[in-house]
Amino acid sequence: MVSTKKDPVLAVLSLSGGNDGLNTVILRNNGLYRDARPTLGIPEDQIIPINDELGFHPTMAPLKKFWDAGKLAIFLGVGYATPSYSHFRSMDIWHTCEPDTVGTEGWLGRAMKAVDPNTENVLTGVNFGRGLPRALVLEGVPVASVGNLETYGLLTGIDGADQRGQALDVFGRMYSPAVGRGAVLDYIHDTGTSALKGADILATAPDKYSSSVEYSDTVVGQYMKNIAQTHLANFGTRILYTTSPYNSFDTHANQAALHSGLWSNVSETVETFFDDLREHDAADNVTLFMFTEFGRRISDNGSGTDHGASGIAFAVGDNVKGGIYGEYPSLEPSKQEPGGNLKSSMDFRQVYTSIIEDWLELDPVPIVGGKFESVKFF
Amino acid sequence: MADQNVALMAHLMRRAGFGASREEIEAKAAQGYEATVEQLLNPDDQEGLDEDLILRYNPSFYQSAGIENLVLEWTYRMVNNPRQLQEKMSVFWHMILCAGHSKIDSGQEMGRMIQMFRDHGMGSFRDLLMQLSTFPGMMYYLDNTESHKVALNENYGRELLELFSLGVGMDEQFNYSEDDVKSCARAFTGWSVAPVYPPFPHGRSPWEFRFDPADHDDGEKTFLGVTGKLNGNDIIDIICKQPSTARYLSRHLYNYFVADEPQIPAWRLTPPRDQEAIKILEKAYFDSNYNIGAMLRAIFTSDFFKAEDVRYAKVKSPAEVVAGTLRMVGDHQEVKPGLYEISQEPKYMGMDLMNPPTVEGWHTGREWIDSGTLVERINFASDLLGNTEMPGVKAIVNRLASQGATVSPASFVEGCLDLVGPLLVTEDTRNELTAHAQKAGDLTHATAAEQSEFTRRTGEMLQMIAATAEFQFG
Repeated sequence: MVSTKKDPVLAVLSLSGGNDGLNTVILRNNGLYRDARPTLGIPEDQIIPINDELGFHPTMAPLKKFWDAGKLAIFLGVGYATPSYSHFRSMDIWHTCEPDTVGTEGWLGRAMKAVDPNTENVLTGVNFGRGLPRALVLEGVPVASVGNLETYGLLTGIDGADQRGQALDVFGRMYSPAVGRGAVLDYIHDTGTSALKGADILATAPDKYSSSVEYSDTVVGQYMKNIAQTHLANFGTRILYTTSPYNSFDTHANQAALHSGLWSNVSETVETFFDDLREHDAADNVTLFMFTEFGRRISDNGSGTDHGASGIAFAVGDNVKGGIYGEYPSLEPSKQEPGGNLKSSMDFRQVYTSIIEDWLELDPVPIVGGKFESVKFF
Repeated sequence: MADQNVALMAHLMRRAGFGASREEIEAKAAQGYEATVEQLLNPDDQEGLDEDLILRYNPSFYQSAGIENLVLEWTYRMVNNPRQLQEKMSVFWHMILCAGHSKIDSGQEMGRMIQMFRDHGMGSFRDLLMQLSTFPGMMYYLDNTESHKVALNENYGRELLELFSLGVGMDEQFNYSEDDVKSCARAFTGWSVAPVYPPFPHGRSPWEFRFDPADHDDGEKTFLGVTGKLNGNDIIDIICKQPSTARYLSRHLYNYFVADEPQIPAWRLTPPRDQEAIKILEKAYFDSNYNIGAMLRAIFTSDFFKAEDVRYAKVKSPAEVVAGTLRMVGDHQEVKPGLYEISQEPKYMGMDLMNPPTVEGWHTGREWIDSGTLVERINFASDLLGNTEMPGVKAIVNRLASQGATVSPASFVEGCLDLVGPLLVTEDTRNELTAHAQKAGDLTHATAAEQSEFTRRTGEMLQMIAATAEFQFG
């Protein structure tokens, strides 16, 4: 019997900069929260209730709908032992699953390799944005990285289809695989070859797309639209990735206004994204995962919050078993991480394990770098 | 075979500047290597850009607040500043002592910061750190304006140590502790910005640094083993004395000028590629009392810099791709329209100038290349090198034609590779290019029709060379 089951697709939105978990999923009536956040505490009557204990930031009403429908998983207290307070190091740890040494391979790079071991599809993974996040990096695994889906292509400046065709032929041969040129040169050759293949295919996505929904005119909005366009074009892409730009969640100062703007944009964009997919009957095989490299300091600094530990992550999708996973980290001084930070109770690799094992149906151990107890949220 | 003096000079100009046309490289090779190094190291000894002329044609550059305007102006300077090393150093410091427009939101302030790097980028590192720590935009970017005696904000204190001087660690050890971060941040309380006047009705006013003694934590602190009522300048003095600071600068300079290194987060555990070279630079740092120019002189006059194995051992940064290609083809050497679009190109290649992705800046080396940025780089360079109206491309056509009445496909390819570098390519690449040239046979230029075909084929060959993997290196 031929299987009609669609392949599972993972979309990732990285909330880079360190999202303030305490003000995202909020303790509704907790005296310690009030004490720690004299300036930035969200007034109780503005919090959108989730249950008796917790509620969403006021700008997250669109996400609340997914919660009500049982399609939003919230992961509390996610992190790793001995937190790093550096953006880059902590993001690298999330990307590589290597908290103790500096890793160069990304977990999603390894997932792509497992999905498509012989690189039959150069578009197994596509990144939207400038520069490739380390999560997607693995030697020998091509990832199209698209700054602008509308203009993507190679040697587009050459006039005349014949001339361009000939130049691309020479290009294809010059970039053909070979070994022993040196690691970086080999890498560039592989990148060039897959760029050539990927560009030709991706260039067709915008033309194939039409939709009645409108995404916000923000970087996150436009890249999530590109993710939808690529998914809807049926290129066999299994991993789609984008990043909220410029470390925007790094709210050391003026957090009240910044954080509201960020979450209203993200929440609305997530709703638009799934509306778009549903309109095309293409939502049922997509899970969206959102994470950040760390949370923020428990106490505010009068205007913003400094780097902290233990973040919050989310998964959204028709196949996601909505609910709250993990424990809200305690604000009791005796139960904190040194330096006034939250202690994590769940390793991020437990969440990854469930994504890899239950959603992408791959062996999680080599991908997340060990055996971790799955959160089981599908 | 390419002239070895020309090849070495081309290497120097690619690294200590943004490359040059073949004519300029030959002129400098004739002047001599040592003399050229000294000229680069002493920008004040030579004529700079005509600032009045720049303002006359670009009045909007005057105290400009628009960030695109500032990036445009910077691009013009990279291409045209005769003091090439000075301009190259402004990019170097911007890539390391990072602040970004996405937060600062004042083009004027970003422009002043780059000018500060031009003015102080080759002097004492201590002076530079003082400039940086009293630079209003930086105090705001890393939230030192929000760090108070009663409510500490560690952002600047931490990044000063992690990314602007010591680095997290070296030789497998950590260079500082969390307590050092707190002491450092406390020492910089009160280092802030004077209230900025509202921009209306007279436009934006320059930001001003202000030290507020009342908001400064004057208590006793211990920083890297030194205890006392330390202020920010004491911290900078202690930082400059550290071997880790010498190591940090040496590795950054090596990575920027000599050959690609692993990136800074790996430095605690990964030793330098060339330990001897790093030792020489560390010694130059201490011998010269922390002078950056002395470290640069040590690089450019060293054998490890001149060695053939470091030629083309660096993936070009997007700024180098853009400014370097413009200098090679001789475009935008005068004030004319069209540079705005070009000045946006580094952004598409993954380097949004004046707006680094994080305070860590851009990762360099092979990390400049992914399938998206490679497409941008190739398209940009091949469009310009394929444009046979460009003065630099015309000069290449003339030189190739001067080889004789008939030019064989093999020597045509050889000539093209020589004149855009001399660029080193693999045998496979050379064979593909030659095979393509052979399809149309020998090149001649006796008649107008032959000349036109000769020119067309040169443009086409240069486009293909610009698309090679080897062209991505500088």
